[in-house]
Amino acid sequence: MKLSKLFLPLTLLLITASVHAQGRYLTRTGHVKFFSTAPMEDIVAHNNKVLSIVDLAKGEVAVDMLMKSFEFEKKLMQEHFNENYMESGKYPKSTFKGKFDVPAGLKNMDNGTYEVDVTGEISIHGVKKPLATKATLTVDNGVLSCGLVFNVKVKDHDISIPKVVVKNIAEVVEVTASFNFEVYK
Amino acid sequence: MKRITITMLFVLCTTGIYAQDDLLDLLNDEQEESTDYVLATFKGQRLINGHTVVTRKTSELEFLISHRFGRVNSGIKEFFGLDAANVRFSLEYGLTDRITAGIGRNSLQKVYDGFIKYNLLRQSTGKTQMPITVTGLSSIAIRTADSFEFAEDDFNSKVSYTHQLLIARKLNDKVSVQVSPTYVHRNKILENQANDIFAVGLGGRVKLTQRLALNAEYFYRLTDELDNSFNDAIGVGLEIETGGHVFHLNFTNARSMAERAFITETTGDFFNGDIHFGFNISRVF
Repeated sequence: MKLSKLFLPLTLLLITASVHAQGRYLTRTGHVKFFSTAPMEDIVAHNNKVLSIVDLAKGEVAVDMLMKSFEFEKKLMQEHFNENYMESGKYPKSTFKGKFDVPAGLKNMDNGTYEVDVTGEISIHGVKKPLATKATLTVDNGVLSCGLVFNVKVKDHDISIPKVVVKNIAEVVEVTASFNFEVYK
Repeated sequence: MKRITITMLFVLCTTGIYAQDDLLDLLNDEQEESTDYVLATFKGQRLINGHTVVTRKTSELEFLISHRFGRVNSGIKEFFGLDAANVRFSLEYGLTDRITAGIGRNSLQKVYDGFIKYNLLRQSTGKTQMPITVTGLSSIAIRTADSFEFAEDDFNSKVSYTHQLLIARKLNDKVSVQVSPTYVHRNKILENQANDIFAVGLGGRVKLTQRLALNAEYFYRLTDELDNSFNDAIGVGLEIETGGHVFHLNFTNARSMAERAFITETTGDFFNGDIHFGFNISRVF
């Protein structure tokens, strides 16, 4: 009698636990590159400490990165990026949160390449903007990875470029991301 | 009924445990704590005349041109000092992210100088916490112009040394301050002067806009000399920064840009209008 009383709650507990734990994949070493091309110079920066999580059960994705983790070829450029443009002391992070329809094969983690449309909100320099982009997800024997490219208009995020360097910094910056996920426990 | 209550409680508990429904909150918790080093305590290696805690990063080369006109109170005949100019050129190179070495030449008294700077501590928050940035500076200056003041003026007489401990803190996004205990040794001096002078430099920078800052600097001499014809060096300036360039528009009672000279041998009286206008122009390659 006592046992049967406990049976239902326990089952529920197990179900809720498994629903939440399943289908989530995380990386702490995601790579994000941004590329700015202007008449005077091209600027490239890499961040190899990007956090990202994808939930295949719900079709959700999130990205979180520290702006100070971007590495430039020139240290002075890195200082200017953080101090003058991104104001990393005030706005240390950039984030993205989005949704996508999960193809059945991807949900089952069948081997293959899946192109999905991700829509969500990107936050840079404390300014949130909607973002819609295509992302390519790949499953290779249980290993999930993701790649995407999109453009960010610098002006959209209240980042001002002074006239004297207008020929050095592009108005639209190309962002390339690649993530190799692991099962999130 | 009871059963339902228990069931509901369990469900609530479990959802409580797995409350990280928002993936961004989850990532925020997953973000590992890192050391956050303070950026740009000062923009240049000089504040007005004196060094800041800033060093160049590995392989960065800075070309610095500084000059001071004559005194602004010298009247229209001297075009308010613009007729006279004193220039210092220098090349300053980052051997590592922490060590910078430089060589320079001053037109006044034809002084060649060399320095080495070592960044000991970096202000940071997060995993490693450090309230201040500390940089040590040692410099040597060799006068090559002959002096009429000394009867005997051999090579040794022309050499002087300056050692400084530069201690700075960026208080917030806009304000940085620095204290610089300083020791100057002059090999040869005139009567009533001291070979060894101790001084303390005080400086600050206030950001007015993203590109514009106000700098101020004061060197207080601790050593008393019988010869009291010298004054403490005072300077105020505007700093404009554009990409790899930093421009300073300075107003100071010091005429020279060599440590020995402006710390121990400033003759102008700032409050009497003995002010030299001048620029520092820095370009980093």
